[in-house]
Amino acid sequence: MAEGQVIDGIYFNEVIEDAGLDEGTKKLTPEKIERVINDVLKGETGARLKTYVDTCIHCGLCSNACHYYLSRDKDPTYSPAGKVKQTMWEMIKKKGRVSPTFMKRASQIASTQCCVCMRCAMYCPFGIDIAYIMSVVRRICHLLGITPLYIQDTAHSHAVTMNQMWVKNDEWPDTLQWQEDEAREEIPTTRIPLEKEGADIMYSVIGPEPKFLAQLLYQAAIIFEVAGLSWTMPATPGWDNSDMAMYTMDSEIMGRVKRVHFETARRLRVKKIVMGECGHAFRSVYDRGNRWLGWKMHPFYIEHAIEFYYNLLKSGKIKIAKKYEEPVTLHDPCNVMRGRGLYEMARYVVSEMCADFRDMQPNREHNYCCCAGGGVINCGPPYKMTRMLGNRVKAEQIAATGAKVVIAPCHNCHSGLEDIVSHYKLGTHVKFISDILYEVMEKPGAV
Amino acid sequence: MHGLYNFVRGPLAWVAFILFFGGILYRLISMLLGARKKDGVVFDYFSLYYGLRSIFHWIIPFANRNSRQRPIFTIVTFAFHICLLAVPILLLAHIILWDESFNISWWNLPDSIADIMAIIVVACCGYFLWRRLTQPEVKFVTFASDYVILAIVAAPFITGFLAYHQWFGYKFMLILHMLSGEVMLAAIPFTRLGHMFYSPFTRAYMGSEFGSVRHAKDW
Repeated sequence: MAEGQVIDGIYFNEVIEDAGLDEGTKKLTPEKIERVINDVLKGETGARLKTYVDTCIHCGLCSNACHYYLSRDKDPTYSPAGKVKQTMWEMIKKKGRVSPTFMKRASQIASTQCCVCMRCAMYCPFGIDIAYIMSVVRRICHLLGITPLYIQDTAHSHAVTMNQMWVKNDEWPDTLQWQEDEAREEIPTTRIPLEKEGADIMYSVIGPEPKFLAQLLYQAAIIFEVAGLSWTMPATPGWDNSDMAMYTMDSEIMGRVKRVHFETARRLRVKKIVMGECGHAFRSVYDRGNRWLGWKMHPFYIEHAIEFYYNLLKSGKIKIAKKYEEPVTLHDPCNVMRGRGLYEMARYVVSEMCADFRDMQPNREHNYCCCAGGGVINCGPPYKMTRMLGNRVKAEQIAATGAKVVIAPCHNCHSGLEDIVSHYKLGTHVKFISDILYEVMEKPGAV
Repeated sequence: MHGLYNFVRGPLAWVAFILFFGGILYRLISMLLGARKKDGVVFDYFSLYYGLRSIFHWIIPFANRNSRQRPIFTIVTFAFHICLLAVPILLLAHIILWDESFNISWWNLPDSIADIMAIIVVACCGYFLWRRLTQPEVKFVTFASDYVILAIVAAPFITGFLAYHQWFGYKFMLILHMLSGEVMLAAIPFTRLGHMFYSPFTRAYMGSEFGSVRHAKDW
């Protein structure tokens, strides 16, 4: 990654090779760009975008909200309003008559230098939703075929397989069976009930769990077994609740993926959907997919793992045998904190499990983003340094707690923080809640 | 000069007020109709309770984290907006004009206080100008139009102050004062000064989303 260059009259604060952007840009013509921008501005957006743009007084007060801006020594090209200036303001001002290089830069900004974490919406005095504006930029880039390569591949996987990781239809139940076998070594009565119609709960996870984090399925099975719950997982597509198409703004694919997920729960006649420790998946099911499909709220109760564990601990269905000793801190993922307000529940769960809990500053809805979310980590290796240099504040935040373990109840946060921890040599481990819960809970029936 | 004075005080004032009220009405109606057409989501998730909750946290100084992090800016911006609204409405000279024209009047600020408040407005404009010129994150998002807007806002207060103290020719300054006030009124609905009437809507919508869907605070 090279820093700061002017290419074709457009300033790039980072110069990165990405085949998706480089090759996509070559195929652009000014006419196509103008048509697509105006199609989106006139056809897909309206008063909301216009009001946001007309209301912004260019005060710069949103800057301090952004982890990129703070971590990049307050470089204004990373400030929220600065990113809008380099993208949407210019598109509107020029009525879509912008160059292919401009669009490449716009895609870089919207897809890799903004995590759509919505922290800036909480710092704008007018509540202007800059994440929404960046999503519109992503939508334009998607329609122009200039989305970063890796996340585009993930969106393709969603389109083809209805899961994020090209997991084949036979690999999924196979993995569940394998983890069930493993779990039965520990508690012989454990089952992962597949296709059990009329169960209370459908448990859904994201593609990476069967792909390379299968132990999380094992842990979940143990937790469900000990709590004595009526639950099931689907054997068909619809088991994956993740959605990178939401982040590429391929809304049509997002809608298909979410419909399959909801319809699977409907077919299984469950009362609620419990989702694993993932943030973006929760956003897609709880906040975005339902809207695209035309539901104001959901046809099922949607419960994130944090709320699920909270209820289990609160009701005594899961009891703690011995508290976790090492000092821990908690990372508040944007999509379940700013997105669902689960911060007090998360603190209850962590305090029940751990003897030494140290909060980060700032915390709860004001927590800094992990810099992996919003699809940024899914843009792949070319952007690793974008994430590392773009989130020094997170490393400082973690280091200041002196904790040995960071609990991150979100997959993207988890992976992003692992990179941060190793890049800044913090010497901390990153864990899911379920990693610790599984370790410290009472397990009657275990052999 | 007298003819010009009458023109500025009479027909032009009408034009300015019509543009101001008519413009705001037009912008708000077109925003709401536009939102109906393409952004139905705004109405679906709108909540009066959470909208007001959010507005209160942002119109009370230091009731939100951003304002606590920037105490100087917070004091300046609240002083600025309070004086900006209070002086034109509560100035004795303005009330006399209303009384003469329409036979209505209300409580007025003592002139000495209004004088200080006018100075505060101009000083705050100076602070905003300084921010735009020197602070990188503000400078980067500043356009020429931002300076014009700042000048439009400062001008009626500068000229009003000078007219009150009868410097540089009272009549001349008074005409300039009325003209600049009329320019500002007419500009509000059609420039970013429109945040005056847009911001309660954007704030309330964000408050609604955060309150009723996200169950989180937005301040």
